[in-house]
Amino acid sequence: MTVQPILTARGLVKRYGRVVALNHADFDLYPGEVLAVIGDNGAGKTTLIKAISGAIRPDEGEIRLDRQKVDFRSPLEARDAGIETVHQTLALSPALSIADNMFLGRELRKPGFRGRWLRALDRDKMEEVARQKLNELGLLTIQNIRQAVETLSGGQRQGVAVVRAATFGSKVIIMDEPTAALGVKESRKVLDLIQDVKSRGLPIVLISHNMPHVFEVADRIHVHRLGRRLCVIDPKKHTMSDAVAYMTGAMEPPVEAAVA
Amino acid sequence: MSDAGAAPHKQDFEEVLDRSDKSVAAFEGHEKNLMDRLQHFLHGNPTMVPVIVLAISIIAFGFIAGDRFFSAFNLSLIMQQVSIIGILAAAQSLVILTAGIDLSVGANMVLASVIMGNLGVQLGLPAPVAIGIGFICGALAGALNGFLVTKVRLPPFIVTLGTWNIFFALNLWLSGAQSIRSQDIDAQAPLLKFFGESINIGGAQFTFGSMLMVLIFAVLWYVLNRTAWGRHVYAVGDDKDAAELAGIRTSRTLVQVYALAGLVCGIAAWAAIGRVGSVSPQSFQEANLQSITAVVIGGISLFGGRGSIIGPLVGALIVGVFNSGLRLAGVDVLWQVFAIGWLTIIAVAMDQWIRKVSA
Repeated sequence: MTVQPILTARGLVKRYGRVVALNHADFDLYPGEVLAVIGDNGAGKTTLIKAISGAIRPDEGEIRLDRQKVDFRSPLEARDAGIETVHQTLALSPALSIADNMFLGRELRKPGFRGRWLRALDRDKMEEVARQKLNELGLLTIQNIRQAVETLSGGQRQGVAVVRAATFGSKVIIMDEPTAALGVKESRKVLDLIQDVKSRGLPIVLISHNMPHVFEVADRIHVHRLGRRLCVIDPKKHTMSDAVAYMTGAMEPPVEAAVA
Repeated sequence: MSDAGAAPHKQDFEEVLDRSDKSVAAFEGHEKNLMDRLQHFLHGNPTMVPVIVLAISIIAFGFIAGDRFFSAFNLSLIMQQVSIIGILAAAQSLVILTAGIDLSVGANMVLASVIMGNLGVQLGLPAPVAIGIGFICGALAGALNGFLVTKVRLPPFIVTLGTWNIFFALNLWLSGAQSIRSQDIDAQAPLLKFFGESINIGGAQFTFGSMLMVLIFAVLWYVLNRTAWGRHVYAVGDDKDAAELAGIRTSRTLVQVYALAGLVCGIAAWAAIGRVGSVSPQSFQEANLQSITAVVIGGISLFGGRGSIIGPLVGALIVGVFNSGLRLAGVDVLWQVFAIGWLTIIAVAMDQWIRKVSA
């Protein structure tokens, strides 16, 4: 490939006491793609994702964003660099409104004296932006932007979290098990949402155990096993049972996939 | 299964979704009865409970105790009587909104007032300096609570139970368990009694202390509802882990909350000197728990993240109205305490009932 990857990791190592969670793991994400990360429980995919989203610092190895070496000491730093994460727990505050949640931790203030000295929030602006972004990504069903998040359904909450990431993420969006807690209908909406975000040119890292969902939306699949990248496969050339076989060690991956 | 990988489209079993029933789940008996409507209304407007209780109790005591209760003078007197507990309830609300509790607010306030008195009267420092140092001590005492809660990771209940005793002991040590007399304050630092002064409007006596209470609630309402920091306080109380992941520095916010609560206790200390007229190390021993009562009656959830700061102001006034009304009706003091006890329990029960609203 001549295209440069937007986010790469080389030789990441992370030890927790005697447990090696990451064992010289590599990672590549190309612009505009959906990269699924699959792996058995305990394979270290969560640790890998935590390392690239700033939640942990690897003991060894390097991470490059846009070819620049980065060293995130907190999720805030990763976020400032343009990497947004949609956590499995969503990280939404149930009693706060949709607009408050979307801007949580990066609120807009009013211009001039009231914003500068009285620290007044620009509620109108935040609600307007929130409404516009939700509409753009087809979450029209949400009527009232001042509604508390706890009054929304599971799928709508997921939608708010994804829209928040898409609004602020300028480089990469990471989604951790976005469909795990959802029903058939709501999963469909979230998968459509992933396609929408992708069509706007933002690359997505999708962590999921759900093979049909992975094979539907992913352009490439990163198979993680025993703390490192085992192979990267093309979902059009491999079946779900192949993927599960590589992931669990039942079958050796093809040679060309190991270097892809 | 084998060909599913090749199709970047909907799964087969999802084809039927287009034809699926789009109507939202509905239940038998669409007509909601009056209780359901009330429950829904109160869920959307939680501060209405204490407001309604306050209105009803004022009207009821107006009938029972007559004009003596319902006079401008008596109503302004109630404001005066609840002003110190009201200000402490404002401090308490900040902490309870973060799902914590501060048992030390009253002890913190008395300690700050003793410091103000010692510096301003006995050491003869200029009154504004004495008051300023009192504020700083209040804020530092609060920050100590916040530090122990966030950095040492102790439960707020235990931390503030400990500091309640610590602050009380320090206060007895600094004061030698002696009050500073009113005359001495007048002679040395009359500014300490500023909030005891009042203005008369049509028979009503508004002390500066009552006005200060209302002002503090107004400022805190603005901070909590109109600034990013205020939203963070709610988010931390609602779900601390979620707030942390959303990019809020939750420990810093918590320390700031405890320190601000401490500063408000320091301000209450100044107002308390004016209210009592002297500096008394033995006063306000029940203030810690009374402030919690006002917050709970005011409809702020002890589980954090829910409720309006205006609630505790109303809660403090309800307590004042009950005490005044029952006293004027000639009821023994013990029944005032009895009534407040039930009021607290009923307020929490109401809160639970409203929370169970079927959305």
